[in-house]
Amino acid sequence: MEKKKVIEELKQKFSEKIKGVPVQLGDEILLIERDSLLDIVQFLKDKPYSYSMLLDLTCVDYKGQEPRFEMVYHLYSIPNVQRLRIKVSLSEKDLRIDSLASLWKNANWLEREVFDMFGVDFKGHPDLKRIFMYDGFEGYPLRKDYPLRKRQPRIQLRK
Amino acid sequence: MTTRIQKEASKESLLLNMGPSHPAMHGTIRIMLELDGERILNSEVEVGYLHRGFEKICENRTYFNLLPYTDRMNYVSPLINNLGYVMTVEKMLGIEAPERAQYIRVIMSELSRISDHLTCLAAMAMECGAFTVFLYNVKAREYIWDVIEETTGARMTTSYIRIGGVRADLHPGYKAVLKKAIVETRKVLKDIRGLLDKNIIYLNRTRDIAIVSPETAISYGWTGPCLRSTGVYYDVRKASPYAVYDQLDFEVPLGERGDNFDRYMVRMKEMDQSLRIIEQAMEKMPRPSPSKLMVEALEPAEAIKASRTKRVEKEIKLSPNLEGSERGKYLDILGTDKKYVVPPKEDTYTSIEGIINHFKFFMRGHGIRPPKGEAYFSVEGGNGELGYYIVSDGTDRPYRLHLRAPCFHIVSALEEMIKGHYIADIIPTFGSTNMIGGELDR
Amino acid sequence: MIGNFVTTRFNYILGWARKYSLFHYPFITACCGMEYMSTAASHFDWDRFGTGWTRFSPRQSDMLVVCGTISHKLAPVLRTVYDQMTEPKWVMAFGTCAVSGGIYDNYAVVQGSDRIIPVDVYIPGCPPRPETVLDGLIKLQEKIQKQEQEWRWKKRK
Repeated sequence: MEKKKVIEELKQKFSEKIKGVPVQLGDEILLIERDSLLDIVQFLKDKPYSYSMLLDLTCVDYKGQEPRFEMVYHLYSIPNVQRLRIKVSLSEKDLRIDSLASLWKNANWLEREVFDMFGVDFKGHPDLKRIFMYDGFEGYPLRKDYPLRKRQPRIQLRK
Repeated sequence: MTTRIQKEASKESLLLNMGPSHPAMHGTIRIMLELDGERILNSEVEVGYLHRGFEKICENRTYFNLLPYTDRMNYVSPLINNLGYVMTVEKMLGIEAPERAQYIRVIMSELSRISDHLTCLAAMAMECGAFTVFLYNVKAREYIWDVIEETTGARMTTSYIRIGGVRADLHPGYKAVLKKAIVETRKVLKDIRGLLDKNIIYLNRTRDIAIVSPETAISYGWTGPCLRSTGVYYDVRKASPYAVYDQLDFEVPLGERGDNFDRYMVRMKEMDQSLRIIEQAMEKMPRPSPSKLMVEALEPAEAIKASRTKRVEKEIKLSPNLEGSERGKYLDILGTDKKYVVPPKEDTYTSIEGIINHFKFFMRGHGIRPPKGEAYFSVEGGNGELGYYIVSDGTDRPYRLHLRAPCFHIVSALEEMIKGHYIADIIPTFGSTNMIGGELDR
Repeated sequence: MIGNFVTTRFNYILGWARKYSLFHYPFITACCGMEYMSTAASHFDWDRFGTGWTRFSPRQSDMLVVCGTISHKLAPVLRTVYDQMTEPKWVMAFGTCAVSGGIYDNYAVVQGSDRIIPVDVYIPGCPPRPETVLDGLIKLQEKIQKQEQEWRWKKRK
């Protein structure tokens, strides 16, 4: 099934939830509302679209813009051999989004990573805690307002 | 600090900590186990001991400067990491490397893939007690690194693949070295198969241990040899061919059961295919165009001598430090657009135009500036789909760079893989996932 | 007088014995581990220089090879491993990251393993070639030979 057809059918089904489908460098980007993420993703995961693989999940911090954060999802369909990028905007005041951990198992760790690095809260995540940084680390390192060299040692360093 | 497993564990069971400083945990991973005797009831994997802030530091480097950081992501196959990053930026810039460079890229990434698989199997077998396999594999890897070193000047962290092509042309005598490496690697592969394939100790520890079904593998986002061992046909080189993979003939080996032994077997077969690809690429690679410039150039000493009497008209031959990176070869390997290619060293040292070009390339705020937008591009890395997601805001450094690390997805399934098995089964299972700290924790 | 003479000779012979039987604990975290493998395996084989035994227990080893980047999360682990080692002990900082933090000057990385534990020999390189490692090892052996040795019944002033 072609990607254009998938997007057409998606537009028919979730007409008011899709904010736009811009094309960049040959890739379609699906901009959607936050509350419809689970429905749209579930719809895409089923046959005949079969976007059965969550390739990647990350976040971008657009500091100084409103909404400030943007979640980026990459889905992959093995039978149709195509990728799809979905984006959801998040405002800094209400930094919450539905967790995909119930649909994909790797979403568990990927969402923990985003929580660790950006502080996004995932509703329905089984065990949301830091993954790369340690307990006692303050702040979210990949946010633009976190200084590059601000270190928070766990033990007393020599010299 | 109480971990999840401490809260969940029942009172009768035994809690055991493994790692991070444990010989089989490669120093960068920790597994907390809940045990009933020797059987694993539950486990929790903790990663992040090698988190080096790759993504943050890349936002503070220019597109050209952050190339060395990509080397150190998956340090067993650095050239594939270079290739993934470089091709993402090329996608944003809308450029393509010359054909000869494409073939060199394919050869280099296949050599890296072999060295990746050799290292993975060396560690896996050594931790099962087969030390000979480790020594043989490292020996074969040395031959492969010799080829890489002859051309790129470094053994591991090469930064060889550049935006717009590759850094230098292949070394003049590369064919002999490469052929020797292929012969030696084939010999070693045959030896390893002889040592392991029917070895009852190895079979007992790998056959039917940690079986992963295709559905689970897809749900965990597995790619690469681990996914193919479960029987799912997905290879980025076939699904969306990059470089010149569509012109080369190779097969994608698949497993049947998805256990540890299949993961070993798929890697072994993949190395055979990689060797095939290298041989084909060697044959098909276009010849370098004869470089006229190099013939007419003067040695610096001669030029100084001649300049005492009259103005020197000819080019001056200056060592560009790496063989095959002279200006005459740029057309074949690197393209000539001044916006994204470092000017040849001969120009930088001898002409005012060249030095301005050099200055504009490295000056802060200049250099490579992809248009505003974002791109995702993936290549087939040693562990699977290695994707880069780059957001550009039109300046000379990426606004956001995210790496889709295949290893991260594979290790996230470890808890499920070892559940219900014995403690001793962790070692081959963990070995077969090919955990690479730099890629996992970034 | 005689006692003094015997002490210096014993000091020398103890240094000689210690420098040629460096049981080492590889604290491998990152890229340098690959070059460590090359150095330890048959091609370069640092067993030739008396570093034969790789002990995977800090309690049995004389030399700690800090091999790779040390992040702040890993710092307490390295300190614990060092504290568990018995005297005499030496530390080799293998690679630029262990020497000074290397190219990773950011929030997550400790700027050199000497901020955590005392280091005896620094081997630069990202990662160092096996030849460089062997050179560093010989330097460490010279240091061990020349230093004042400690033993249990030694008379202290």
